[in-house]
Amino acid sequence: MELNELYRDVILDHNRRPRNFGPLDPADASADGVNPLCGDRLTLKLKFAADKIEEIRFEGQGCAISTASASLMTEAVKGKTRTEALGLFNRVHRLLTDDDADSDGLGKLAALSGVREYPARVKCASLCWHTLAAALKSAAANVPAVSTE
Amino acid sequence: MSNTARANAFTTFDVGAVRREFPVLARMVHGKPLCYLDNGASAQRPRAVIDAVDDYERHHHANIHRGVHTLSQEATALYEGARDKLVRFVNARSRHEIIFVRGTTEAINLVAQSYSRPLLEPDDEVLITHLEHHANIVPWQILCGQTGAKLVVAPMDARGEVRAESVESLMGPRTRLLAFAHVSNALGTVLPVRRLIAAAKARGITTLIDGAQAVPHMGVDVQELDCDFYAFSGHKLFGPTGIGVLYGREALLERMPPWQGGGDMILTVSFEKTVYNALPYKFEAGTPNISGAIGLGAALDFLSGLDLAAARAHEHALLDHATRILSKVEGLTIIGTASDKASLISFVVAGVHPHDLGTILDEDGIAIRTGHHCAMPVMEFFKVPATARASFAFYNTFEEIDRLAAAIARAQALFA
Repeated sequence: MELNELYRDVILDHNRRPRNFGPLDPADASADGVNPLCGDRLTLKLKFAADKIEEIRFEGQGCAISTASASLMTEAVKGKTRTEALGLFNRVHRLLTDDDADSDGLGKLAALSGVREYPARVKCASLCWHTLAAALKSAAANVPAVSTE
Repeated sequence: MSNTARANAFTTFDVGAVRREFPVLARMVHGKPLCYLDNGASAQRPRAVIDAVDDYERHHHANIHRGVHTLSQEATALYEGARDKLVRFVNARSRHEIIFVRGTTEAINLVAQSYSRPLLEPDDEVLITHLEHHANIVPWQILCGQTGAKLVVAPMDARGEVRAESVESLMGPRTRLLAFAHVSNALGTVLPVRRLIAAAKARGITTLIDGAQAVPHMGVDVQELDCDFYAFSGHKLFGPTGIGVLYGREALLERMPPWQGGGDMILTVSFEKTVYNALPYKFEAGTPNISGAIGLGAALDFLSGLDLAAARAHEHALLDHATRILSKVEGLTIIGTASDKASLISFVVAGVHPHDLGTILDEDGIAIRTGHHCAMPVMEFFKVPATARASFAFYNTFEEIDRLAAAIARAQALFA
């Protein structure tokens, strides 16, 4: 396994210049993600327009994989409905853990596939996605008028 | 030790010969010779330990203390023989003072629950320091929750040193126990252990020393230190995992109630009354880690066969070399610059997160620890989420440190 399979240019670029990084206030939903093994922290904030993610921003400290994954995620889910975002969560999860998973149509997120060769790093890449799922869940609970169906 | 004495001691130390005693050091990782710099997390085992455990498993295994048959007697003799070696290793007064536990963590929990819990009143104080491992923080927090006692934390300074005066100034009339690391696992700082123990003793405060990071690097004499409890783990001392030691002053252990109930810790049991066994068995309920204790005993034999003064001088020379080389790396900051350090070095590299560094180094066959080192308050203090830590044993070489520096440069280039 070559390191440049893990640290592809897209990953290095999004680590160096994370997109949608910073505070979002006010927000409709938020969640904190913590990786207790390494101390990485991530705060995710979202604004919705109807059922769509209108705005999403993140803050926190993490490694290149964790930062790039969060940056790529915010780009990918912006403008998506909750259901679509959760669908992407499932596909990325498979991409990170399943050798047979395909990356068709995932765009830049496909760059995360190199992570699955490094089992110790899968959690770095998935932290932001689990945080997104938690934020979407909390939004659904707090705003009963909005359905995730 | 003067530099000349160090150099002289070093010349008598044959690193190559010592390395050949550790089979794993010959292996390749990702096509490169293993460069094992994670000894602070767990040290490797010499052949003597592997063989002792293997011999026990093949020829002598049975349960101990309860059989009249040959194997049980042999197993008992080997297990208790390991205890005798530990008595000599830390210079305890008797075998009653050496309790086998799973490791440092269990030893500290034992003291918190068996010694401190019955004694503590609300508003009593347990004093620790800012640089403790979570294993020397959380058991006391649990204890404080149970008793209403307060946890008091002595500060450290920007170099990662704990000044004796600042600990002494926090010793008050309600301080019941002082618990601190002999050597910091995250920073390498050696604490002023003798002075702190003497100060506590003068005020009638019981002392527990977390010696997990100290015993691999320096001789420990519990009578000379005059501490009440001293805890350490076997696997950081070139022995197996799952075995460790609590040294306790006999008079204190005698007064303490058992921590866990079960077999082996009793003399007689009826449904009305149980009579506990004598020390040290009172604290060793259930079948212990017999092979682990035997392996640890073999590790002590191995160490006693080394020229330890030369081995330690070599470790210090490694630390000096690493400090010199890494200090020159632009963008690299050493975290923990105490004047007295054990041979480990914690650092951060600007623009390269420790986890990325750990992965990149691993591709070069170099094993370091990255993360918060179970010392999150230390990370908080230095305002870093994590550090990279290279921790050395006497089997490491100067070439390995040069490989580390070269690999750090490659990581910086990748992230530039």
